[in-house]
Amino acid sequence: MNEPPQQHYLELSENPVQFEHASSVNNVFFDEANKQVFAVRSGGATGVVVKGPDDKSSVAFRMDDKGEVKCIKFSIGNKILAVQRTSKSVVFPDKRSLKLLKSQSINVNWYQYCPETAVILLSTTVQGNVLQPFAFRNGTMSKMSKFEIELPVIPKPAKLSLSERDIAMATIYGQLYVMYLKHHSRTANSPSAEVVLYHLPREGACKKSHVLKLNTTGKFALNIVDNLVVVHHQSSQTSLIFDIKLKEPDCAVNTHQPVLPARSIHPYRMPLAGPAVVPSQPPMPCQLYSSSWSVFQPDIIISASEGYLWYLQVKLPPTVNLLQDKGKLMDFLLRRRDCKMVILSVCSQILEGGDKGSLPVVATVFDKLNQVYKEYLEAEQSYTVAMESGPSRGSAAQKRPVRTQAVIDQSDMYTHVLSSFTERKEVSHKFVIAVLMEYIRSLNQHQITVQHYLYELVIKTLVQHNLFYMLHQFLQYHVLSDSKPLACLLLSLESTYPPAHQLSLDMLKRLSTANDEIVEVLLSKQQVLGALRFIRSVGGHDNVSARKFLDAARQTGDQMLFYTVFRSFQQRNQRLRGSPAFNPGEHCEEHVVHFKQLFGEQALMKASTV
Amino acid sequence: MLMISPRMASGMQEKQYTPSLLSFFIYNPTFGPREGEEEKKILFYHPSDIEKNEKIRNVGLCEAIVQFTRTFCPTKPAKSLHTQKNRQFFFEPEDNFWIVMVVRNPMIEKPNKDGKPPTIEYQEEEILDTVYGAVVRQCYSMYKLFNGTFGRAMEAGGVELLTQKLEKFFYRYLQTLHLQSCDLLDVFGGISFFPLDKMTYLKIQSFVNRVEESLSLIKYTAFLYNDQLIWSGLEQDDMRILYKYLTTSLFPRHSEPELAGRDSPLRPEVAGNLLHYGRFLTGPTNLKDPEAKFRFPKIFVTAEDGYEELHLIVYKAMSAAACFMINASVELTRDFCEQLDSLVGPQLTLLASDICEQFTINRRISGPEKEPQFKFIYFNHMNLAEKSTIHMRKTASVCLTSVHPDLMKILGDINCDFARVDEDEEIIVKAMTDYWVVGKKSDQRELYVILNQKNANLIEVNEEVKRLCATQFNNIFFLD
Repeated sequence: MNEPPQQHYLELSENPVQFEHASSVNNVFFDEANKQVFAVRSGGATGVVVKGPDDKSSVAFRMDDKGEVKCIKFSIGNKILAVQRTSKSVVFPDKRSLKLLKSQSINVNWYQYCPETAVILLSTTVQGNVLQPFAFRNGTMSKMSKFEIELPVIPKPAKLSLSERDIAMATIYGQLYVMYLKHHSRTANSPSAEVVLYHLPREGACKKSHVLKLNTTGKFALNIVDNLVVVHHQSSQTSLIFDIKLKEPDCAVNTHQPVLPARSIHPYRMPLAGPAVVPSQPPMPCQLYSSSWSVFQPDIIISASEGYLWYLQVKLPPTVNLLQDKGKLMDFLLRRRDCKMVILSVCSQILEGGDKGSLPVVATVFDKLNQVYKEYLEAEQSYTVAMESGPSRGSAAQKRPVRTQAVIDQSDMYTHVLSSFTERKEVSHKFVIAVLMEYIRSLNQHQITVQHYLYELVIKTLVQHNLFYMLHQFLQYHVLSDSKPLACLLLSLESTYPPAHQLSLDMLKRLSTANDEIVEVLLSKQQVLGALRFIRSVGGHDNVSARKFLDAARQTGDQMLFYTVFRSFQQRNQRLRGSPAFNPGEHCEEHVVHFKQLFGEQALMKASTV
Repeated sequence: MLMISPRMASGMQEKQYTPSLLSFFIYNPTFGPREGEEEKKILFYHPSDIEKNEKIRNVGLCEAIVQFTRTFCPTKPAKSLHTQKNRQFFFEPEDNFWIVMVVRNPMIEKPNKDGKPPTIEYQEEEILDTVYGAVVRQCYSMYKLFNGTFGRAMEAGGVELLTQKLEKFFYRYLQTLHLQSCDLLDVFGGISFFPLDKMTYLKIQSFVNRVEESLSLIKYTAFLYNDQLIWSGLEQDDMRILYKYLTTSLFPRHSEPELAGRDSPLRPEVAGNLLHYGRFLTGPTNLKDPEAKFRFPKIFVTAEDGYEELHLIVYKAMSAAACFMINASVELTRDFCEQLDSLVGPQLTLLASDICEQFTINRRISGPEKEPQFKFIYFNHMNLAEKSTIHMRKTASVCLTSVHPDLMKILGDINCDFARVDEDEEIIVKAMTDYWVVGKKSDQRELYVILNQKNANLIEVNEEVKRLCATQFNNIFFLD
């Protein structure tokens, strides 16, 4: 790791599929549908080794050498093997019968098949630029509407001008696209190459939808990784990435520039496998962008000469420093699969240290995060409602929304960003409070209920800096929403900030489910009459514990107060039970004794007197 | 507690005189302790044309009264002196510095038959100590807001500077005292808060934080709408007096041209093509004027180590006003003001219309305000929040109330009763004019209600007030 940070945002998978490299005796084939590599030695006589995407599914067998193998594939589940040795025949090693289900008669230059969507694309016409897609579904083949690829120059006389190499099919953001690598042409006034995307919907016409500007010329290859279009450029040994959902404000609609500056794939060293490995021997650096590379959709790179199959991967951390516009960076990251930790690190980065962002930037980032968060909450909510209302009539069962990594909730923000940020000594408390308020503002704006711990963080920060008046104002405008825990927290502040008592009582009152708490608070302040009046006003007088009130009244040492409270409960008893006496379960015996001592037996209210 | 108020004065040709300011002076007994040096004690005397010996005599009398009453209670010397014709208020804001205000009692001139000179009847009990005591304290607070303490002037330039400052400040300030319209609200010295929904409030927070971040010179910000406070970065006591200045002096001075349609604040901003309504209420009236001066009033607020001196920039767009306070040691330039104008102007204009819209929506939801059967004053000692449906719009010149002064006096009396005890209390008074006056005190809150229900009995009044509390104050803890 001595090399300078190159900010490589693309890398080859660490555990490639290894196979015997191509040679004069070993032919290598790749099946895109099953992602299997076939190493066929001596036409199969000395063995065929099939390796799939995960190591366990490796299959080895022999077959008779009946001539050069042109293509070899398994059916799904490795049940049937098909071998093609001549251009017009396919052999199944098991005896099987085939049935013609449907036929179409078209002159075809070449074809491409997308196993993911089961769509085949046929190149028709002399120039080859009219593409006819067919979709296979449930054993049927349906013709989709054909479309024409705009060629940079119309050749005269007409000849095949659209090469199979320049067309690829892939699913991006759940939609099938036909990608056309449009090379530059001196005559057509297009100074550099571009990739033109045609959207191929399941129904309806195919439309040209996006243009990716490559800003260079040469040989290119395409991959799709994490819904990004990756364009490899061989001569510069670099790759570009495009995100078709990223809006470019300074470009015409749907014309895209690379998201990031061009970088090469991260250097790769081939591990030396087998018993021959000598510990001191360093792993061999692998030649990237080699001409022997073959690129397959969506994310496969095969080096037949070295015997490797890699998956191309996007590394998000290096992108953080390559994209200065934090709003755009967030848009980009939120659409990536493993984005959570990177997004959280960006949040920390804009709040702390030298790269500190300004408040508008912080606000933009929060708003973007909360937009995704809110959409998830809403989906979850409507799912819950749908489930509760029972299986809906007719409509397909609603799927539970998937929580992607882009859903950054309050707990994530609290744990990974805000709690450590608020504790940093070098950040001014003004900025800390502004950031917390900005986050709360953003949550509110997206109608997301703010969690109690965020309020606690605000209060803690304000209290630490003696900013009680600020706190008071926030509470006054209900910025910190009412809750019992918050009211209790306020109560605990009373000794340092007396008005917190009033704020807390107000909050408990508004909650309207905290009458017991209010009584406790008042009794603890020796406001026994106040507590009594309150419990009466809310109609809780009949059920309240007399002992609690008598204890408190006695503690004040105010005899008249004790008398009043005592009599009030005797009257209650009379009303409820027809007798002023306390029930044994109320444990008021000692207070009765105390009352007699103070005021005499005759002061006790008698049952007969009423 | 039920009381019957004294009968209201009435009469055909009687002439009423409201309380008025007789004199106002400031002295320090330690400045001229020896015989013959008494004049040195006097730092300020209004009216200034009083003969020197009379000044000395009046000051000496006050000194003697304070000294004499001290023997009874060394920690609490006399606060006021009641005489038949006038009442004197004493206040010692700083060690040995005394402010004295002499108010002439209200009086009634009764014409006599047969050409005899009219009889003058002084109403000795009409003036409330609490109200005018508060007025004296307010005078000092206002002086301190713009000048710092007396001690500060002494340190900076001795008696000479202090007397200069007092002269300059009080000469104008005393003219703005309208003693006849002082009432309970002066005792409270409260702040009216603008009711606002959470989201709009958070937007204002965001605005304040952003402005303070981009113009890092700004140390504190206060935000007002419709002359009501929404946000204060200043501490409560400083905000209280600043609020008083803004709402009774600065805003009324600027609202009149606005209302009259002169000096239209609408001006298209050339740079950036942003139309905004922002303008400076303090400092330069026109930024484009090459002669414009970038001087702002300076104010003193409490800081950890005593006080700090700040420039006060008041910037307004439509009904929204933002006060920005900047350390006074910084010199404010045209550059800065232009920057502030271009940053704050458009944002504040937008916010102002946001608030206005929100306010209208809220009012629509709560329904059209019917003229209620009652009027009230509410005050919370904790956050100084005050609300009055008795007082009409406050202007620089006069504070209008919609009820008879006698009723206001009853409110003041109830307030005095409340001040005497710590416990929660409720007082119901039946005034002679069919009005019921109810005072309630719950923890730190006070509520005064005036009901105009001729034939109501005590129970009905009590019920009515309960209803009022349930509708107007349902979100606070207010004991019934």
